[in-house]
Amino acid sequence: MKVKILYFANIREKLGKDAEELDLPAGVATIAALRAHLRARGGAWAEALAEGKLLRSAVNQDMALPAAAIKAGDEVAFFPPVTGG
Amino acid sequence: MKISVQPGDFDVGFEIRNISKNSKIGAVASFVGLVRDVAMTLEHYPGMTERAIAKIVDEAKSRWQVIDCAVIHRYGALQPNDQIVMVAVASGHRGDAFAACEFIMDYLKTQAPFWKKEQTAGGTRWVEAKAEDDKAAERWTKG
Repeated sequence: MKVKILYFANIREKLGKDAEELDLPAGVATIAALRAHLRARGGAWAEALAEGKLLRSAVNQDMALPAAAIKAGDEVAFFPPVTGG
Repeated sequence: MKISVQPGDFDVGFEIRNISKNSKIGAVASFVGLVRDVAMTLEHYPGMTERAIAKIVDEAKSRWQVIDCAVIHRYGALQPNDQIVMVAVASGHRGDAFAACEFIMDYLKTQAPFWKKEQTAGGTRWVEAKAEDDKAAERWTKG
């Protein structure tokens, strides 16, 4: 299934990428699984999305926990804890 | 209701007058956040940011009497002393106006996708999220 993935702030900078469309293999159906899938690319990906690193995520522009399900056509985003205001 | 995420500055007086045009309103509470002594660039998530603020305002309306409100947050390059954010809440009485204004601001700090990158003489650095901001938002969930 295809999803759109967005990256923000220091994650975007470390990856050198702000967005991509990705066709996910079967079995990658949650935020946590997608994060592990991307981490397996190694290098900057393994570092920026490292296990234990505090990240926030969103599915279709709503904050989402690691266990949240993702489905075809979803917009998924990874970013650091927010610092506005 | 006005929610705006914009690069340009805003006029607090104008925004307050704009949400005060109802004779049921007896109180308007407002907050303005400014850049302290370090220039910065604010990044946001277009679409989600507006949506997150709208959800926070809806939550405030479910807890307190909010007759009207304005939430404006800037993004892009900002200099020391620039205005970053304003929240103004109009209500029948001051208790609801103060509480809703503070609630919206506390939740905005932890739920709205904005990220600050500071520019110092030594280079740039992303501002780290603060634990006390999470605590400020959490206190609204307790009893």
